[in-house]
Amino acid sequence: MYELLQIIWFALWGLLWAIYFGLDGFDLGSGMWAGLAKDKKERDAVIASLAPVWDGNEVWVITAGGVTFAAFPKIYAVMFSSLYIPLILILLGLVLRVVAIEFYHHQDYSPAWQNFWAKVLGVASLVVALLFGVAFGNLFEGLPITAEGWQGNVTLSLLNPYGILIGLLWVCAFLMNGSSWLAHKCPDADVRAKYMGMAKKLYPVVLVLAVLALGLAFVMTSLWENYLKIPVLLIVPLAAVVMLLWTGYNIYKVGNPFKALWTGSLTVLLAAVWGVGGMFPKMIFSKLDPAIVLDCFNSSSSQYTLTFMLIVVLIFLPFVLLYQGFALKTFGKHHDLTSY
Amino acid sequence: MVTLLSRIQFAMTVGFHFIFVPMTIGMALFVAILETLYVRRGDERYKTLARFFGKLFTVNFVLGVVTGVTMEFQFGTNWSQYSEFMGDIFGSPLAVEAMMAFFLESTFLSIWIFGWNKVSKKFHLFSAWMVAIGTALSAVWIIVANGFMQHPVGYVLRNGRAEMENFWAVLFNPYAWHTYVHVIMACWTVAGGIVVGVSAWHLLRKQHVDLMKISMSMGLTLILISTIGNAVTGHFNGQNVALRQPAKLAAMEALWETQQGAGFPLIMIPGNGQNIEILTIPGLTSFLAYNSFSAEVKGLKDFAPEELPPVAFTAWSFRIMITLGVFLLIVAILAFVWNRKGVLEQKPGMLKLLTWMIPVPYIATTFGWIVAEVGRQPWTVYGLISTADSVSPISLTDVTLSLGLMAVIYSLLVILDVYLLVRFAKAGPIAADQPEAVAAD
Repeated sequence: MYELLQIIWFALWGLLWAIYFGLDGFDLGSGMWAGLAKDKKERDAVIASLAPVWDGNEVWVITAGGVTFAAFPKIYAVMFSSLYIPLILILLGLVLRVVAIEFYHHQDYSPAWQNFWAKVLGVASLVVALLFGVAFGNLFEGLPITAEGWQGNVTLSLLNPYGILIGLLWVCAFLMNGSSWLAHKCPDADVRAKYMGMAKKLYPVVLVLAVLALGLAFVMTSLWENYLKIPVLLIVPLAAVVMLLWTGYNIYKVGNPFKALWTGSLTVLLAAVWGVGGMFPKMIFSKLDPAIVLDCFNSSSSQYTLTFMLIVVLIFLPFVLLYQGFALKTFGKHHDLTSY
Repeated sequence: MVTLLSRIQFAMTVGFHFIFVPMTIGMALFVAILETLYVRRGDERYKTLARFFGKLFTVNFVLGVVTGVTMEFQFGTNWSQYSEFMGDIFGSPLAVEAMMAFFLESTFLSIWIFGWNKVSKKFHLFSAWMVAIGTALSAVWIIVANGFMQHPVGYVLRNGRAEMENFWAVLFNPYAWHTYVHVIMACWTVAGGIVVGVSAWHLLRKQHVDLMKISMSMGLTLILISTIGNAVTGHFNGQNVALRQPAKLAAMEALWETQQGAGFPLIMIPGNGQNIEILTIPGLTSFLAYNSFSAEVKGLKDFAPEELPPVAFTAWSFRIMITLGVFLLIVAILAFVWNRKGVLEQKPGMLKLLTWMIPVPYIATTFGWIVAEVGRQPWTVYGLISTADSVSPISLTDVTLSLGLMAVIYSLLVILDVYLLVRFAKAGPIAADQPEAVAAD
């Protein structure tokens, strides 16, 4: 019973982070585009597009963090204290993103002032996307820990090839999903056309990075072991690939950015599920010493807490999905920024 | 040194966070009440006011959210030993808070801000109440978590950590609920202070008089109820501390010797072992703690020295909170009575005072939390784990760097907050049917 709970919580833990990346991904992407927008009209539209959605999406990271704390306190403790500097930078990135939106929001400021805050928004969104990707890339491949502790400078050692690869994948996938959202949401036809074009340009990049991430995982990580051991699980990476191809179909053939946003966000979500699923049951482990493993069995909360928290999640998650769905329906409308 | 810097960092982030939060909690309720009046009476003035104060609310809200994210992760970054020891209990309220409250408030706030023309009037009102309930609920869970740190209950020490044994005991921790009522009242005072301060500013300039008279009356009622409520709940809080954290009580009073009928030194310089007392109210400390002017109160010298919190800091913070609380109460009563008599608008001095007083409830709440948190030292969880044993094994360089970065960015946040609030407050309400009102949201 306890083991089953631990497995369920491992799955929920992975799923919550995956949902966060799937959802916040597109507004982090939109944020990066705000930094690159060429004129005021475009910038206004980009920032107005993400203003009503970032908060609801960001709550998923608070939930993912809270659940990590409640269900796997040891993971929470080790993960965030050992990835100290990257995490602090992520947090400050999240803070600055909102500061930038707030400062930008008021129409009567000078162009230089607005331009500055749009740049801040772009950089903050980029930092969050990149560092989350790098951090999870490192978790996927294992951390450079031995019995003596961390080998080398923590922050620099995270910038290894696989970590950087996942970081770039995250950045480009988020940019792609951000362009789909903007191509769907912005009121002006020329701005929409520009972002549809951006999605078209970014798709091949995302495809190449995704193929590299999946392929190099055979060489650089042990992520495929679970899938090869239990082949039915291959449905997860398969679904991710299908979703990615479907995204391409939506971008190029159907030309529907809203559908491309859905499939693109699901691609990100499934990619994260694939990575976390490949780690199972490990959560934090060493790539240097196989004896150093924190997994869902040796790092979880007590049976009582896991049971209690599961009941909480089963009660509240449906409500959350219901009203977040309603909000997205209200604000997801096509070309519509007029009423605010 | 890492412990000290981590403490400074934590104090700083939580202090900044609590600049944004109390106004959010109080103002969410106030705006929901305004909108209810609008929907029930069909009077557009209430809608205009709801939008006006709602605007001040939203600026604060988002800054509260992002500073809250930092808070949540900081337990892991800087207090990993604590997190590992306590996560089984402490993590749950935080996760419940996110599931139950944060999604509620953030989703419905989006609908509230951006949905004036997209959802029905009734549903819009429903959203306002969901935001108000969400903010009040989130306070329940974080204070339940804090209540455990103050007075641990419902746990068992097992597997080298504190494990939850009874969730209901953790939830219905009496310490937490004493704190909760006191904090919620304080949040109303903060919001009420802003409402009357802003209304007074406009009334003094004879602008938007029709609207500002309404908000002034409502704000004064809120601030009067909450300041009286704070005095009452504060008294119960004192008894609660006396019962459960006697060392904190002794530090709050800087009471060195155990004595019966202990006095309340109103003006004093706390020393080490003895104070220089300038004005002391006899028997008051005994009364505050035990409802009797002659009760015995345990002095600091009868505790083990290593279990004592910083005395002077705690004692001073307590005095600042109480003095400001009494001051607020007097001003609230006076302004309320004048307003009832209809003479408040002829008292420019009072109107100016109400505006200048906006920061006072903020300062009082901050010092109240300093009493609660510094007074709990040297423990993170009272009697279970000390602060020194809670800190992460992080390097001095890392924590110095993060502290520096946070100090800069958080200062920016406060400047932004004050700047925007003042700007919007001075701009005043705009009739809801005017296009600028729609565009500016």
